[in-house]
Amino acid sequence: MKNSKKDFIVEAEEILENVNNALLELQNAFNPDTLNSVFRAVHTLKGLSGLFGFKVITDLSHALESILDDLRLGKIDISDEVIGFIFTNMDVLKNLIAQVADDKEADDVSDTIRAIEAFRKEAGSKNKDISIEDIGISPSVLKVLSGYEEHRLKSNVKEGHGIYIVKAVYNLAEFAPRLEALNALLKSLGELIATLPVSEGVPDGSIGFKLLLGSVSDVDALKSKIDSADIEVICPPRKESQKAAQIVSRTQDVSLKSTTNTVRVDIEKLDRILDTVSELVLAKGAVVRIGKELAENVGYSSLTLDVHKISQTLDRKLAELQDHILELRMVPFSQIFTRLVQVVRRYTRSVGKEIDVELFGEDTKIDKQMAEEIIDPLIHLIRNSIDHGIEPNEKRIADGKKEHGTVTLKAFPEGNKVIVTVQDDGAGLDTERILSKALEKKLVPENQVLEQKEVFDLIFLPGLSTKKEVSEVSGRGVGIDVKSDRGLGTTFVLTLPITLAIIKALIVVAANEKFAVPLTSISETFFVEAAGIQTIEGREVFERRGEMLPLLRVADVFKLENAPKDEYFAVSVGFGTRRIGLLVDDLLEQSEVVIRPLGEYLKDVRGLGGAAEIGKHEIVLVLDIESLIDESVSSKRKINRAALGI
Amino acid sequence: MKSILVVDDSNTIRTLIKSVIEDIGSVDIFEASSGFEALKILPQHAFDLVVTDINMPDINGFELINFIKNHDRYKRIPVVFVSTERKDEDIKKGMSLGACAYLTKPFKADELVDTVRKALNI
Repeated sequence: MKNSKKDFIVEAEEILENVNNALLELQNAFNPDTLNSVFRAVHTLKGLSGLFGFKVITDLSHALESILDDLRLGKIDISDEVIGFIFTNMDVLKNLIAQVADDKEADDVSDTIRAIEAFRKEAGSKNKDISIEDIGISPSVLKVLSGYEEHRLKSNVKEGHGIYIVKAVYNLAEFAPRLEALNALLKSLGELIATLPVSEGVPDGSIGFKLLLGSVSDVDALKSKIDSADIEVICPPRKESQKAAQIVSRTQDVSLKSTTNTVRVDIEKLDRILDTVSELVLAKGAVVRIGKELAENVGYSSLTLDVHKISQTLDRKLAELQDHILELRMVPFSQIFTRLVQVVRRYTRSVGKEIDVELFGEDTKIDKQMAEEIIDPLIHLIRNSIDHGIEPNEKRIADGKKEHGTVTLKAFPEGNKVIVTVQDDGAGLDTERILSKALEKKLVPENQVLEQKEVFDLIFLPGLSTKKEVSEVSGRGVGIDVKSDRGLGTTFVLTLPITLAIIKALIVVAANEKFAVPLTSISETFFVEAAGIQTIEGREVFERRGEMLPLLRVADVFKLENAPKDEYFAVSVGFGTRRIGLLVDDLLEQSEVVIRPLGEYLKDVRGLGGAAEIGKHEIVLVLDIESLIDESVSSKRKINRAALGI
Repeated sequence: MKSILVVDDSNTIRTLIKSVIEDIGSVDIFEASSGFEALKILPQHAFDLVVTDINMPDINGFELINFIKNHDRYKRIPVVFVSTERKDEDIKKGMSLGACAYLTKPFKADELVDTVRKALNI
């Protein structure tokens, strides 16, 4: 028995959890299926508790089930009030289950059940249209009510409020202020539905008023508030609505103890906190600098040590704070995958291909903003696979492949990066088609012999698809690579920084200008002697571990004048096989930077992904690695064209 | 000189009605922004006509005409409704309460002038 009780509690808690989630959903948007699922869950709980003999839980579930049934059948209109009421009572249920779990005696909930019944009757009665004549107001009053006043009268009756006519007679000379005072008093006691001036049966020089009032108070309570007024009771307030109101407020007191401890926060608010943190990071940098200057100028005095200590504490605590906030912004990949799968379903249906989608790494976490920005490029890649990668079913069968094509999405963390792959088991990239398209658009010179890998890289060039969507995020350390085997399929590999908010960057110098290179794009840095730079097919390359790494001079990219030097530093950037070496004059430091968008002036400059502030309020430009890699390819093209005289 | 009371909670509509009626000539026009205001002004002048809206805060047009038509001193004052309510039951209700005409907004200037002339017997 002990064991089975535990089973009951586990399942009951699960049901309550589901109901709470569904109710939250209903609060945001009404959905009949969600409502139905709530009903079914409570129904299950009722059956389950009956089976285990927990009568109190059975009775309460039964009451809730009835109200949910009415809701789902449209006998009661769904409203925030109703959902709030159900929430409250769900918490009472939760308490009961907790009591069962703790072997305590269950609370008496008969009052709560009565309140639910009353609430249900009252809510149900709202939907029956009541005839205004049946309320019991004299026709002489009814005949002067406007449509809106009639509507308000009906609403008051439906809500179970008492309907009263308050009569007052005032001296004609001074009626205005006195009527205004009475109006104000009545509005505090309920709803003043209509004000009727009366002339019959009123002494000369006087004016009479009949004020139609809807109120939850009973006549005695009203009389104690309104002195010297004649009050006619048209209908008293409905008792159960009064009582229900009381009981509801009491159960709400109980439920306060057991509310959930989750809050929803707008991502913008987190961004604001993060902004503040990044400003603090800059301030911390200043403290570190002051410490260094002190050490240089004054030596290691106790003041210097204090500054050093405090800057270390700041460093640690800020890093913690930053981690906590960044963690708050993380969402699991399953959020993206669910949306992608829906798009794929819709898309495959529209193109008439049947495709299986396999998902891996749904639990991998990624920054919410990154997730939003990456979803369109992913959709684009998947559609590419469906359109061009996966062959028609007949061809697949003829080739001895599985009839349905498969698109596999994987997401897995790797250091401070997340790798996302979009893989299809289709025909693979058609190098001839890509090449002919590139030739057609004059992206490569004719007669140029390209290796297979170089052809693949062409698909990332502007003018050929794929690039546009990806380039929108590529400025922020997002990299892309492609692998493809003819007949076996294509795999796109996206490398994403875990967060877009704050990135680590290497500060480099070229032609006396500082630039930031996102650390996620860098594989290594090394020293290059000018003499070691070779030129192959008009492109500068450097032999590194037996491979030729194409070089790009950062100063040349931005047309900065730079006197030739004997030595350079090379920063190897890129992903997979798409790698180049950026030639710079100096490497400075690693820094955490917040990338800001570029202003109008620099927006269209190729090779720049944004701007960032580092120490001493200095602004540096952040390099857009993907577009620089493109630049490297196109510079080769240009040089070749020059050689060919195009 | 005829005294006319124009009751409407919209300042624009009051001004509009006033300017249309003024074209008739030799009329003195008073304005009230609600039924409540109308009740305050009524005893101050001997009105020859009341032109009133129906839906107004506090006291509505039906309540106002009901008061006028049951008051020994005012019951002979003709009342014209000018309202956006165009439902038959509202028109019926207004007429049964003793109105001499029921115009719906938007009204035509000629129509209002004719109605006012008829009500004033001029």
